[in-house]
Amino acid sequence: MKAFRILGRNIRDSFKSVFRNFSLSLASISCITITLIVMSLAIILSYNVNNFVELVERDVTIVAFLDNDVTDEEVDVIRDSIDSLGYIDTVTYSSKEEVTTEIKNSSETFSNIMASWDETDNPLQPTFQVKVTDIDQIGNIADEIKNMENVDIVKYGEGMIEQLVKVFDTVRKVTIGIVIALVIVTAFLIANTIKITIFSRKREIEIMRLVGASNTNIKIPFILEGLFLGALGSIIPIVVSVYGYNALYNNFDGQVISPFIKLIAPQPFITLVSLVLLVIGILVGMFGSWRAVRKYLKI
Amino acid sequence: MDLIRIRNVKKQYKNGVIAIYDLSLNIAKGDFVFIIGPTGCGKSTLGKMLYREERPTSGEIIVGGLNVAKLKNRKVYKLRRKIGVVFQDFKLLQKQTVYENVAFALEVLGLPKAEIHSKVLKVLDLVGLKNKAKNYPTQLSGGEQQRVAIARAIVNGPKLLICDEPTGNLDEGTSKEIMKVLEEINKLGTTIIMVTHDTELVERAKRRVILLDSGRILKDYAKGTYRHESV
Repeated sequence: MKAFRILGRNIRDSFKSVFRNFSLSLASISCITITLIVMSLAIILSYNVNNFVELVERDVTIVAFLDNDVTDEEVDVIRDSIDSLGYIDTVTYSSKEEVTTEIKNSSETFSNIMASWDETDNPLQPTFQVKVTDIDQIGNIADEIKNMENVDIVKYGEGMIEQLVKVFDTVRKVTIGIVIALVIVTAFLIANTIKITIFSRKREIEIMRLVGASNTNIKIPFILEGLFLGALGSIIPIVVSVYGYNALYNNFDGQVISPFIKLIAPQPFITLVSLVLLVIGILVGMFGSWRAVRKYLKI
Repeated sequence: MDLIRIRNVKKQYKNGVIAIYDLSLNIAKGDFVFIIGPTGCGKSTLGKMLYREERPTSGEIIVGGLNVAKLKNRKVYKLRRKIGVVFQDFKLLQKQTVYENVAFALEVLGLPKAEIHSKVLKVLDLVGLKNKAKNYPTQLSGGEQQRVAIARAIVNGPKLLICDEPTGNLDEGTSKEIMKVLEEINKLGTTIIMVTHDTELVERAKRRVILLDSGRILKDYAKGTYRHESV
């Protein structure tokens, strides 16, 4: 009962304090707001880059052209051997006829030319399209498929794919690094801002100690205040992120540059980002207050 | 029955300055004691050690059964709840009303609202500030602010009230008013230790007086024997 009364008063006092020290609170809130906006940009960017990478990687296909005279039994043997390799996602077989129809359907010109072919003229080969789960393994898998019997040529965009993987890997690492660095920098920036605002309330802390407030008793209102500041500071970044991202998504119709590079759908992505921003704001506000007030409790 | 027992206390500051040399002193329950002496004699340090703002380098200080010298930083509040402290600069929260300033001392104890209300009004009545409860400290005179500080110090009924130069910032008339309030509180049973350099005021009070000089007790005057020598 007593503890609840004290906690209730702490919540009331920290609320009051936000408004009584309004100009100082505003300094902390704006600091949190600005850094959270930058952080939100970094998070959105890094997740989207990750998303691009995944989409591109998922789309990379090994095409194995089989010998023209391959029998159905031999096709099954090849399918089984490919399936038994590691890191295989999907294996699709297109017979000579299927390939021919597909190409015929893709363009009228091709269709006209191919109409004149007979069974022996048709140079198209039956193929296996193999998608892999780990793009780093694509070279090895391609080599193994090439060594199988009845496999003529294997193509997967050699050279270009390796380079693409390297670039994406770097981009991914850099964006993750930026987000982590931003979280740390924000925490300390806000801790210092709150430290300055609390410095002006050294006297208040001194008086609290004087009238017999225990250290915990003194810390709680300041930490709660940090919580409120963090929550208030995350409002604008959340609004900006939600509206901004939705507008961006609608503007580009979910696509940037090419159909391969797609933005992440706003839901539930942006809700999660908002939650992350709120939690980071609150934690960082509380951490900042706690660090700052601790300094004045050592006598 | 002694409320305060000080045994062989020595205080040396970190910069090497020795403020108190081997000081021993007993103060009885219900007494009103002045600690006087020239600037730098250690009287403020002695006061600060009693409410554990400073810790003695060696020796023992017992206040109401609590060993103050050994009190951990985390436990200081246990002592502060048993005593009241009043300062020269009042130390009031400027952004809170008189009522809130006084109530603050009870809120940290977690008392119910109704009890806080009646206690605060009672103590404001005692110091004569019942009608200023809703004012802010900046709207009060120095004497009134000091009375608010006294009200805050005694509202939870401490056994001991430590006053560190409470009249230092006030003119003679106001000082007399403050002394009247303190006498009143002492009559109700609270032991009072007052550190001051206002020797005229001390002589008028006719109480036990401890004269410090260079960190030692120069003289311990029994009740009413102190005469202030005008220079």
